Amino acid sequence: MGKERDVRDAEFIRRWMLAMAEAVESEAKHLTDLDSAIGDADHGANLQRGFTAVAEALRAELPATPGAVLVLAGRQLISKVGGASGPLYGSLLRATGKALGDAAEADDAQLREALQAGVDAVVKLGGAQPGDKTMLDTLVPALAALADGYPAARAAAEKGAKDTIPLQARKGRASYLGERSIGHEDPGAASSALLITALAEVAADV
Amino acid sequence: MLINVPETVVADALRGIAAAHPELTVDVENRVVVRRDAPVTDKVGLISGGGSGHEPLHAGFVGPGMLDAACPGEVFTSPVPDQMARAAAAVDAGKGVLFIVKNYTGDVMNFDMAMELAEDEGVQVAKVLVNDDVAVTDSLYTAGRRGTGATLFVEKLAGAAAQEGAPLERVEAVARQVNEASRSFGVALSACSTPAKGSPTFDLPAGELELGIGIHGEPGRERRAMMTSREIADFAVDAVLEDLKPTMPVLLLVNGMGATPLLELYGFNAEVHRVLAERKVPVARSLVGNYVTSLDMAGCSVTLCQADEELLRLWDAPVGTPALRWGM
Repeated sequence: MGKERDVRDAEFIRRWMLAMAEAVESEAKHLTDLDSAIGDADHGANLQRGFTAVAEALRAELPATPGAVLVLAGRQLISKVGGASGPLYGSLLRATGKALGDAAEADDAQLREALQAGVDAVVKLGGAQPGDKTMLDTLVPALAALADGYPAARAAAEKGAKDTIPLQARKGRASYLGERSIGHEDPGAASSALLITALAEVAADV
Repeated sequence: MLINVPETVVADALRGIAAAHPELTVDVENRVVVRRDAPVTDKVGLISGGGSGHEPLHAGFVGPGMLDAACPGEVFTSPVPDQMARAAAAVDAGKGVLFIVKNYTGDVMNFDMAMELAEDEGVQVAKVLVNDDVAVTDSLYTAGRRGTGATLFVEKLAGAAAQEGAPLERVEAVARQVNEASRSFGVALSACSTPAKGSPTFDLPAGELELGIGIHGEPGRERRAMMTSREIADFAVDAVLEDLKPTMPVLLLVNGMGATPLLELYGFNAEVHRVLAERKVPVARSLVGNYVTSLDMAGCSVTLCQADEELLRLWDAPVGTPALRWGM
């Protein structure tokens, strides 16, 4: 994180969201395949619908502040996705945006704090803990590593997602499988890694 | 599959429902199906919803004596909060509305968010969770028991109470009582294919069956070599009776998952009645058919609801919906 580079404005957040929309688009089938093994085979399609709507909204209109961009993105996801991933991803982005407040820019420390508020909102809504084989297994280590920079966060996110493979699901639809959920990567953890990766790529690109 | 493109299956089906049922108002764009005469004066509004792919649940149960509105989501994906908030505004006659929510992580979250939206608009909202699936044994380490066949009983019996003009607290209490008195167990003979994926959502070879399935094409808890109708009835009924010890006659739903012929379902119903007689559980009413389905899955589920005189009376009360109709 270069000294001049760590100020994040609304355009930065928009690029992050557009990068996520692209990642979801190209990984949709993979996410759906993961979901097919331990869920109901729709995670890719659902997130694709949601982030396509986010991208359309942000291409049509760029809110003035980074917080407002995230609140808008979160609202789009809540209104378009359904399932568990709509409220969870929607709350993650909306709570992050609300924590950023009305500031025109945020530095990386502020963004990290806001993301923590977003992850807290996911915990509150879903009631999951790390180790339950959910998106939190990606987000929690990624946030912890973010203090060391975006590449570290990305590495932690990708590791966190893969580390869900030996876990037994305790939340969401995969939990009905009991021990049979062991041996599969959690689709929500995988899509959360895409979100962190998109952030890291956009940050590296500034 | 008999579809145009996967992206439009839900909207296409809604247009078809609208064409077949002029007694319903179908908002295709916003995905809300409402009784045409809503809001019904001096009546609590009943709203349910969930992922599509379980037809006739829920839109097929909209009408006098049952639901006032249904909110279909994408296939196997819960609807979004805006849909239920819109439905609440459409059916509230000032006596409040009851959300009937199947216990799945996504459904619960979206209905909870909708509850906040509706209450912000001044609508009084109560919520009842349906969680009747005994195949989920370890509720502490899962998302809890799933809502399956008992949803039909809750919607019918609470719907009858609402139709009689009962206040929200009473309608909610009936719904809660019915859920607590109901248990289900399901079996798959084949997996189902979602339109988005186009192929079976899990791999179930011919000659095997999956015990303890839900209604979303998710695999169950145990796989065995194919069993006879008689053996499946023994297994399913005993799984239910392990958890529900009826002290009064039961309502019985023998439900098809979508691709099992009625010929087989009726044969299975005979076996279910046999084993219930052996277990000394009297059956007060039976319903056999495809009501809470899982796309093109082959298989069946058994739901029992122990019913006192009042619930039997509510069951017999007139109902006029696309999929359930008697007495009117």
